[in-house]
Amino acid sequence: MLEIRDLHVSVEGKPILNGITMDVKKGEVHAIMGPNGSGKSTLSHVLAGREGYEVTSGTITYEGKDLLEMEAEERARDGIFLAFQYPVEIPGVNNSYFLKAAVNAGRTHRGEEELDAVAFMKLVREKMKLVDLKDDLMKRAVNEGFSGGEKKRNEIFQMALLEPRLALLDETDSGLDIDALKIVADGVNALRTDERAIVMVTHYQRLLNYIVPDHVHVLAAGRIIKSGDRSLALELEERGYGWVLEQEAAA
Amino acid sequence: MSAVDHYLNAFEAEAAGLPGRGQPWLDGIRDAGIERFAEVGFPTPRNEQWKYTRVAAIEKRRFGLPAAATPVTARQLEPFLFSGLACDRLVFVNGRYASALSSISEGEVRMESLAAVLKNEPALVEQHLAHYGDMKRNAFTALNAAFMLDGAYVHLPRNVAAERPVHLLFVSTEDGGEFAAHTRNLIVAEEGSSGKVIESYVALGDGGYLTNNATEVVLGANSELEHYKLQEESLKAFHIAALDVHQDRDSRFTSHAVSFGALLGRQDINAVLDAEGAVCNLYGLYVADGRQHVDFHTTVEHAKPHGTSREFYKGIIGGRARGVFNGRVHVHQDAQKTDSQQSNKNLLLSHHAEVDAKPELEIYADDVKCSHGATVGQLDDNMLFYLRSRGIDKEAARGLLTYGFAQDIIDHMSLAAVRDHLEGILVRRVPAAESVAGIL
Ligand SMILES: Nc1ncnc2c1ncn2[C@@H]1O[C@H](COP(=O)(O)OP(=O)(O)OP(=O)(O)O)[C@@H](O)[C@H]1O
Ligand SMILES: [Mg+2]
Repeated sequence: MLEIRDLHVSVEGKPILNGITMDVKKGEVHAIMGPNGSGKSTLSHVLAGREGYEVTSGTITYEGKDLLEMEAEERARDGIFLAFQYPVEIPGVNNSYFLKAAVNAGRTHRGEEELDAVAFMKLVREKMKLVDLKDDLMKRAVNEGFSGGEKKRNEIFQMALLEPRLALLDETDSGLDIDALKIVADGVNALRTDERAIVMVTHYQRLLNYIVPDHVHVLAAGRIIKSGDRSLALELEERGYGWVLEQEAAA
Repeated sequence: MSAVDHYLNAFEAEAAGLPGRGQPWLDGIRDAGIERFAEVGFPTPRNEQWKYTRVAAIEKRRFGLPAAATPVTARQLEPFLFSGLACDRLVFVNGRYASALSSISEGEVRMESLAAVLKNEPALVEQHLAHYGDMKRNAFTALNAAFMLDGAYVHLPRNVAAERPVHLLFVSTEDGGEFAAHTRNLIVAEEGSSGKVIESYVALGDGGYLTNNATEVVLGANSELEHYKLQEESLKAFHIAALDVHQDRDSRFTSHAVSFGALLGRQDINAVLDAEGAVCNLYGLYVADGRQHVDFHTTVEHAKPHGTSREFYKGIIGGRARGVFNGRVHVHQDAQKTDSQQSNKNLLLSHHAEVDAKPELEIYADDVKCSHGATVGQLDDNMLFYLRSRGIDKEAARGLLTYGFAQDIIDHMSLAAVRDHLEGILVRRVPAAESVAGIL
């Protein structure tokens, strides 16, 4: 589904990703861990199509297409979803209008009919239950005045509404208390299917107890320096990153 | 013939026919107006108040009386009404009262054509008319004083709470030609009264006329007025206006000034908080694109203690348009415990758009709370990416954010019907208007 080959990315002339190669197949869950500033969010942003990054070499292929040729909104309509590490507050833009536009953009792209207000609200109510959000958030501006936990749950709620094929979750677990973490994790698990791939960035093994990954990667200084299965995450939790970095330096 | 001579000659020719001519006090005002104008002429950029706004295009024309235009029908006015709003309405066509198009209900609030008052009962307005607009400071106010022809007189008697808002609708027609409408409104709220007045300036067609309006608002002790001003003139027209507000003790004045139209728009808003405990809120939104030029000059005079003022203005400037905001707050020595906040935020939608934003704080009292700030910026990249990452295309995202930027100014308005109307206009003025309208 997603093939990243030797991806090099710079921002304002400064190299941030230094040769990432990674394969994600349908139905898989990948976890990316790594020290602060190692390039995890940069990778998610580049995948989602944010402007301002310079891809100096390498390729990204998504379902056989050259992803780097697509605009952010085209990628979204084509099934890529990014849950932001820092969801953005947008004053003056009503949450429910925004979400309806997002849902209908995807539907139009797939050749489906747009949802009217009634059908949309029905869908909203159904999906809100999944992450235990209150309806009144729909009347407010996008993320404005939402608590940290509400913002993160709102991201997963959007994922549930948009039903992406490739979901990138950037630290969706950070800043959540244990109950909220469980709600979010249950939400994500409910969306886990054989057709959908999930890449989640996290600092904490805790999340991986709830959402069990098929693959775990360590990203450091813009490169994947180690990949393994779930046990790698447990080992990282116990021993920190030092030993992986040393192994990498020795190699 | 110079521009000044043109208006001097016009005054000589028309003065005898102006309403209320022969009333010594009124003649005095008109004569002082034309003399002042003859003395200073149209403002030039050397005048600090007009540094960024050149009126050479107005000076070049020879605006006179409107040509005889085809009558306006009620149906033609429909787009300019606020649907669902029960209000009294005075309609003015090319600067003259049109009684057939107006509807005034029976009630304690008095409202009528100012020309009629000047003809029939001039003593009613003698105390206030032209007492607040400073013709020394503003040559257009002087010109208006000389030529003022018609407009509305609205009177809220003591302790009366007006049941319905009053809508003053000024319509200019294209077949009126290149005329000047020197409209004058006087709104008097006596002690303890309250009401809402909406002034709108609109066009049928694409005329290149001049509106030169002066509105005076007098607020008695503990009275309250919510004033709306919607400027939606033709994009070839000139709109110059002065709103002068005088506030007595504990009075509360709120202004919502929204500017969409005119090739060149300049509004001066001056509020004098002339007794203790007065509250003044000034909200404004200006939208300009193409080659439009829009200028707001506001002044809040805190003359006495315990006054409060809040001023929030936003501008959306695209194309090759230019916006000017000058917000002056003057806290007099006597005005202790003044609480004043001002903010002006501008959004530039193109590289050729330009804004000059200048807060001017002059504080002569020591125990006051004053803050101000002005910003000029572009749409936020994080917000744009967030919307796009959900499948909303770039232009629609720009449109939505532009619309959202203006929203809080509109949210301050208490009349839902006016908010709806303005949102409808706003949505047509943002990038990807059609997509945005489909989303909202
Ligand atoms: N727009 C930018 N301009 C300059 N530097 C940037 C920009 N975006 C990212 N960087 C830099 O790139 C590096 C990687 O940042 P990134 O946000 O991808 O890290 P991260 O792995 O997600 O970190 P964290 O765990 O703290 O979220 C950092 O050094 C960061 O300062
Ligand atoms: Mg990050």
